[in-house]
Amino acid sequence: MTMNTQGRPTAPASVSISAIDTVSGSRGLLQHEDLLFEIGTPETTGVDLPKPKGVKSRLGGVVRKAETGLAGLSEPQAVRHYIRLSQKNYAIDLGLFPLGSCTMKHNPRLNEKMARLPGFADIHPLQPQATVQGALELIDELATWLKTLTGMPFVAMSPKAGAHGELCGMLAIRQALIARGEGGTRKRVLVPESAHGTNPATAVQCGFIVDEIKANARGRVDMDDLKSKLVRSDDIAGIMLTNPNTCGLFETDIKAIADLIHAAGGYFYCDGANFNAIVGRVRPGDLGVDAMHINLHKTFSTPHGGGGPGSGPTVLSEALAPYAPVPFVIRDEDGFYRLVEQTEGAAKDSFGRMVAFHGQMGMFVRALTYMLSHGADGLKQVAEDAVLNANYVQARLKHVMTPAFEGFCMHEALFSDAFTADGIETIDIAKALIDEGYHPMTMYFPLVVHGAMLIEPTETESKAELDRFCDALESIARRAAQGDETLKGAPYLAPAKRLDETRAARKPVLKWTAPDTARVAAE
Amino acid sequence: MRYLPLTPNDRASMLATIGAASAEDFYTDVPEAGRLKAKIAGLPDHQGELAVERHMTKLAAKNRAASAGPFFVGAGAYQHHVPASVDMIIQRSEFLTTYTPYQPEIAQGTLQTMFEFQTQVAALTAMDVANASMYDGSTACAEAALMAARVTKRKKVILSGGLHPHYAAATRLLCEAQGLTVVHLPISIDGEGALAGAADGETACVIGQSPNVFGTVTDLSGVANAAHEKGALLVSVFTEVVSLGLVTPPGEMGADIAAGEGQSIGNGLNFGGPYVGLFACKDKLVRQMPGRLCGETVDADGHRGFVLTLSTREQHIRRDKATSNICTNSGLCALAFTAHMTLLGGKGLKQLAELNHEAACELADALGGVKGVEILTPRFFNEFAFRTPVDAEAVLAMLDEAGVVGGVRASRLFPDGHMGDVIIAAATECTTADDIAAYVAALKEIV
Amino acid sequence: MTTYYTKDHEWIRVEGDTGTVGITTYAAGQLGDVVYVELPESGAKFARGDDFAVVESVKAASDVYAPVSGSVLEVNAALTDAPETVNAAAEGEAWFVRLKLSDASELSGLMDEAAYAAFCEGH
Repeated sequence: MTMNTQGRPTAPASVSISAIDTVSGSRGLLQHEDLLFEIGTPETTGVDLPKPKGVKSRLGGVVRKAETGLAGLSEPQAVRHYIRLSQKNYAIDLGLFPLGSCTMKHNPRLNEKMARLPGFADIHPLQPQATVQGALELIDELATWLKTLTGMPFVAMSPKAGAHGELCGMLAIRQALIARGEGGTRKRVLVPESAHGTNPATAVQCGFIVDEIKANARGRVDMDDLKSKLVRSDDIAGIMLTNPNTCGLFETDIKAIADLIHAAGGYFYCDGANFNAIVGRVRPGDLGVDAMHINLHKTFSTPHGGGGPGSGPTVLSEALAPYAPVPFVIRDEDGFYRLVEQTEGAAKDSFGRMVAFHGQMGMFVRALTYMLSHGADGLKQVAEDAVLNANYVQARLKHVMTPAFEGFCMHEALFSDAFTADGIETIDIAKALIDEGYHPMTMYFPLVVHGAMLIEPTETESKAELDRFCDALESIARRAAQGDETLKGAPYLAPAKRLDETRAARKPVLKWTAPDTARVAAE
Repeated sequence: MRYLPLTPNDRASMLATIGAASAEDFYTDVPEAGRLKAKIAGLPDHQGELAVERHMTKLAAKNRAASAGPFFVGAGAYQHHVPASVDMIIQRSEFLTTYTPYQPEIAQGTLQTMFEFQTQVAALTAMDVANASMYDGSTACAEAALMAARVTKRKKVILSGGLHPHYAAATRLLCEAQGLTVVHLPISIDGEGALAGAADGETACVIGQSPNVFGTVTDLSGVANAAHEKGALLVSVFTEVVSLGLVTPPGEMGADIAAGEGQSIGNGLNFGGPYVGLFACKDKLVRQMPGRLCGETVDADGHRGFVLTLSTREQHIRRDKATSNICTNSGLCALAFTAHMTLLGGKGLKQLAELNHEAACELADALGGVKGVEILTPRFFNEFAFRTPVDAEAVLAMLDEAGVVGGVRASRLFPDGHMGDVIIAAATECTTADDIAAYVAALKEIV
Repeated sequence: MTTYYTKDHEWIRVEGDTGTVGITTYAAGQLGDVVYVELPESGAKFARGDDFAVVESVKAASDVYAPVSGSVLEVNAALTDAPETVNAAAEGEAWFVRLKLSDASELSGLMDEAAYAAFCEGH
């Protein structure tokens, strides 16, 4: 036989060391990456622009004195910089992202492709309307879907995100009260204590006063407390109620609540953040709702993008529709789609304009693409699978964790920290999930449940993926119940260890400063 | 259905684990009157990619894209070239499909780019500190007015006559809802200077725009001084961020708050959204700022890292006492801005600004040479207003027939402004000599 | 010199018609790491129960209420740069303001040290 003794060894050697420091700061595929200002220079550029001709300036001397000094990067450097940074992020495309109330579902790529068609992406909001008939038709078509799915007669399309939609609904209520001559007297808005922070913040932004209502032992609105708040009713503007609520539960008494509020002369604002649990199965319009925003980035799969852009079309009842903001699209008899941009004519009672232009067109394209892909039959299945997945997670974990409330949940399962040993907190469980390769659940929200853990798997997870996730969380929960102190140091395997938020808040450093400037400032 | 992984067998076995007979069991809390038995009527059933793509493509084809020919529309949104790598970066899954960075250990990518964004915006505006973005320029402007009222504990807001009317409307709406008084100075092409005499002892802020909606650039230093003498703030607004490469930025004029639109860098026209609002202020005002902020810190190993910080200003903690109700903002658009700005660099931005200015100068010279046309904007960056001898709406319609989208008629923005014969036109680096020639040729035919 | 306590966890140390006000060690412990203190301006007037300052940790912002009515003589500006003092010495170095009392009789509605300790026990 011939013996070839050349070449590399093909079996792994077994050398064990506890920690490895590298010269580069990188850890294998996880590359260290400095701030772009530390890599680039103001002279470096990643674009090739023609030389200016030296035309005589018409700026009248209103010119910038100091250079921006901002560093640039060549294209290969820039691409590498951002791709390396991207690798420090978790994402729905990497795995289950069970952030309760945030609805991290799969973002179909067809949506992205459609949004990039030049006929949508490269049109100007102030082009002559005759040159954007397809865009206006798309807005009208999406509006029809939203109105049909919610059973509401009108939808304001311009709000830029969920909280902006809340603002739209509450401003419509404010305007309706003004029209009734009660704008100065009806100032009180009822908000459950379990509400998302945007609700009270929005009410105050509209000049209302927030009056909190309690939750009952079943995680729903406490009807006795609600009634006691309505004993005096002549100052009631309305109620802001999330449904399904932030505990992942349907408000059983929603119809009675709507009736009570209407009898008191107020309006019913429904926070539609959790519409994904009921889309295609329940129409808010059948339940007495006067206004509800819809987060297109939750229910209708437009990407969250690391914190926006969102889009918050807001459906309005007959009572509130006349006060809707401009602009909106109407279809003339001859089939021409027309923008109503001024508060006159069809919009004479409008409360005004919330934003430049027409809303989040890029998100409209994606949402409509998603709706057409699913259809009426598919959207109903979306809601059912979302709720089924959440209940499956709850059923699999309820023996090791403490469900906050009895019974089935809707689209998200809520647990309290009652099962943990002393010294182990919700945050420790959350951070341990990171080491298992998952994004943590929503933690410490809603505030009405101690150490809350809110898990929303969404409908785009397979059973196998849910099982893997539940296996991991079950094991962590057992360790938490046993008081496993190693949880306190998690995550161990993430791109960063736990970060010092106290330090960040005490001495805020909110931008990069060149080292020599920093030294001078310190001296 | 291609986005739903559960099989009928999965569903059956999961229901068994749960102890439910069917999905109906989960909806028993819904009042009978609200429970739909069948799928909602009046909407089509699900479709494959090909069918959906056909439908959407048909709608898109009914629109005239800016890049399809000579195009001169601005007034708050601008046609610019975005490098190919920017779109690749923002389509990267780890940026596109992640959430607000609530778990910083697995969100350093988003957080570091936010920190870079804040640094870039602060440098461009020449302000101390910038937030991680607002929805768009108009809502940034409105939030700036509210912030000024909080800072000064005063209730009067004064808007210049050159402020983009949509910004003015959005600002008026939010201010009046909070019981503030809004004074809007008369519409004026060169009106920012009038703000100097407008502030009094009750004024929270004066809001001026440069370049303004008619394209006029103005040094607001005098306005800032006059406002400060009365204890009021200057909010300096811009709709064309590329101008900051060349034009005096808010910080150099003594602005207390800068608010503007960042669409021009990194973001397409998108028929008005999503865009990215830029918001910056002086250091001492930071705790009254709305929106998210990213700050530098260290992790447990002592390595530099970034977190969302000063969150106690925000709705999820301060609730009814929050500085704003804003939650989700424009994260991905801000990333596009940062990536494009990184490709430009300081020098590249300046050059881009020069090219924009030169294109506008050439356009103004060419149009000004047409008989009966009068350029109205005295000092401009890449946009200006001009008067036509005939009705602007008719002119634009005829230009359109010639394949030229000639600008925005001022009467669309100011219906009561007696500006029926005024057109606002913008030129950018996308504008070619042929585009300008086509505009002039078509206009000569009309007037 | 007597120290009084409120149910909202403020303390006031009274000498003549002047009172020094802060938050209690118990409250500081509940808040966690204090990162910011917002103080009123000298000369500002407050009625009993008005919120006159804000104390913030990373995850919470709490209003601080005036134990009695009065006007602000002096604020502890050092807290702005060193908010961590509140955690280290809540009832000493980390006082918030000195007030000129406008109605000393309001003090009778407050708790003494023993009563406050019992009150905290009950929580």
